[in-house]
Amino acid sequence: MSLLQLHSVAASYGASQALFGVDLEVAEGEAVAFMGRNGMGKTTTVKAICRMLPASGTLVFDGHDLTRLPAHRAARLGIGLVPEGRRCFRDLTVTENLTAAARPGPWEMVRVTELFPRLAERRGQQAASLSGGEQQMLAIGRALMTNPRLLILDEATEGLAPLVRQEIWSAIGRLKAETGMALLVIDKSLREMRAACDRGVVLARGRSVWTGGMDELSAEISERHLGV
Amino acid sequence: MNREAMLNAAVLLALVAVPGWALWAGEPFTITLATRAVIFALAAVGLNIALGLGGMVSLGHAVYFGVGGYAMGILAWHAQSYTPLVEALAIPGTKSMPVIWLVAVISSALAALVIGVLALRTSGVYFIMITLAFGQMVYFFAISWPAYGGEDGLSIYVRNGFPGLNTLVPVQFYGLCLMVLLAVLALNWRLARSPFGLALNAARQVPQRVETVGLDPTRVKLVALVISGAVTGLAGALFADLNRFVSTTMLSWQMSGEIMVFVIIGGVGRLFGPVVGAGLYVILEHFLGDLSDYWQVFLGLILLAVVLFGRGGLVGIVAGRARTHG
Repeated sequence: MSLLQLHSVAASYGASQALFGVDLEVAEGEAVAFMGRNGMGKTTTVKAICRMLPASGTLVFDGHDLTRLPAHRAARLGIGLVPEGRRCFRDLTVTENLTAAARPGPWEMVRVTELFPRLAERRGQQAASLSGGEQQMLAIGRALMTNPRLLILDEATEGLAPLVRQEIWSAIGRLKAETGMALLVIDKSLREMRAACDRGVVLARGRSVWTGGMDELSAEISERHLGV
Repeated sequence: MNREAMLNAAVLLALVAVPGWALWAGEPFTITLATRAVIFALAAVGLNIALGLGGMVSLGHAVYFGVGGYAMGILAWHAQSYTPLVEALAIPGTKSMPVIWLVAVISSALAALVIGVLALRTSGVYFIMITLAFGQMVYFFAISWPAYGGEDGLSIYVRNGFPGLNTLVPVQFYGLCLMVLLAVLALNWRLARSPFGLALNAARQVPQRVETVGLDPTRVKLVALVISGAVTGLAGALFADLNRFVSTTMLSWQMSGEIMVFVIIGGVGRLFGPVVGAGLYVILEHFLGDLSDYWQVFLGLILLAVVLFGRGGLVGIVAGRARTHG
C-alpha cells in the first residue's frame, strides 16, 4: 500500500492555476524521482503535499486526508521537507536548528552528525554563516530530526560545487540503503536520480505525463519532457 | 567572558551594590528608586519574551501590568476592609504577597491567553493595533468600574507581607524585588535556549518553515505571550505594592509605550536589555525630572539615537552585535 497517494491534484496561486491533475504514489521505503522542466509544477506539488498551498483532489498520507490538515499536522504525520533554497533558521546555530526541529525517534543529533560530519564541526556556528553546501546539509539534517517516514528533497543539490553535490547524493544513497525511509526527490541531475531512485514521475504543465521504473525512462520521454 | 557577559555582570553588581551605596551616602531614597527600576525591568523582561524572542510587537502590555496591579489592589483592599472578595463563598482578601503574586500571575496569564488567541490571528501592524485596542478596552473598563475606585484608583494602607521579611523596610522590599527579577532573568535565559525558545525564535524568523518541521507557530507564540503576560503581571503586583496604590494609569497605553521603550533602549532580545533600559529611564526621570517638566524630550532624543545608530540598544552599543536570544 502506498504511503503517499496523490490523484487528480489541482492547485492555484490566486487566479493562476498551476496544477491541473497530478498523480503520484510513493510506497514505504521507495525512492521516487519527481521530474520535469522548470515551472512545470514540481515545487507547487510539494507545497500542496506539505499543506503550504491549498489543493483539491486526493492527497492521502498513511491513510490520512491531507486536505483537511494544517501544515504542522501534516509534518507530524511524518512528512519531512528539505525545501528549495535551504531556508535554515539563519539566526540559530547548527545545534539550535536541529534541536528546534527535533521530534522523538531514531534520528537524533548524533546520527545526523554521523551522516554529515561537517555539521558536527560547525555545531556552534550560526546557520547564516555556513557555506551553501553546509546549509543544505543542515536543511536535510533538520528534516531528519523530525523523524519523517517520507523525506521530500526539493532541489537539494542546486547551485552546489561538484564535491558537495557528491556528498549530498552519497547521503541520500545511505538514507535509501540503511533506513526504511521513503524519498521523493526533485533534482536536475537525471544521472544521479537514475542511480538513487526506484521509480520516476514526470510532470509537464501541471499534469503527470509519465510514470515508471527509472530504467524504463526512454530517451524520447527524457528529450520531450526533461530536455536532456 | 565576552563583552555582553561582562556588561551583564557589571549591571548585576550595580544592582546588588545599590542599597549599600545608598545607606553609605545617606541617600536612602535611592533604594526606592532602584526598586522602581527593578520592577520596571521585570515588566520589560516580560515584554522582551514576546518582542525579543517571538517578534510580537505588543502595544498592550499595560493590560497585564495593570491586571497584576489590580489583583494586588483588590485582594489587599478586601483584606484591609474586612469584606469578603466573593460574598457567596465567603472568600476573603489577603495581605500575603505569595498568594497575591499567584493570583496576579494567573489572572494576567489568562488575560494574555484571551488577547493572544484573537490577536495572533493577525500580524504586523494589525497585531500592534489589536493589542492596543484590547489595552484601551481594559483601561476604560477599569475607569468605569466604581467598585474598585474607578478613575481614582485604590489605596492600600500597609504594604503586603512576605514570610520572614519586613517589606516596609525599603532595603528588604528591594531585595525581594531583585530576587524575583533575577529568578525571571534566569527563566528567560533558560527559556531562550530550550527547544521551545528555539522554536519561538525560528517562528519569528520564518513561520512557514516552522510548520514544515511539525510546529504550530501560532501556538508557540501564544504560549510565549502567556508567559510574557504573566511576568509583566507579576511586575504589576510588585509595582502596586511599591506605591501602595493602584490606578488606571497602570493600564494606560502610555504605560505600554514606556515598557516598550525600556526594551528598545536597552536592547530588544538582549537578556539584560530591559534592565539597562528601565534603569536608564528611572535615572533620567529622577535627575532630569528635577531640571524640567519636559524631561521626556531627552528620553525621546536618546530613543531616537538608539533606534538610528544602535539597533541592538545600549547593550548592543556596548557589547556589539550578538545573538538574538541574548
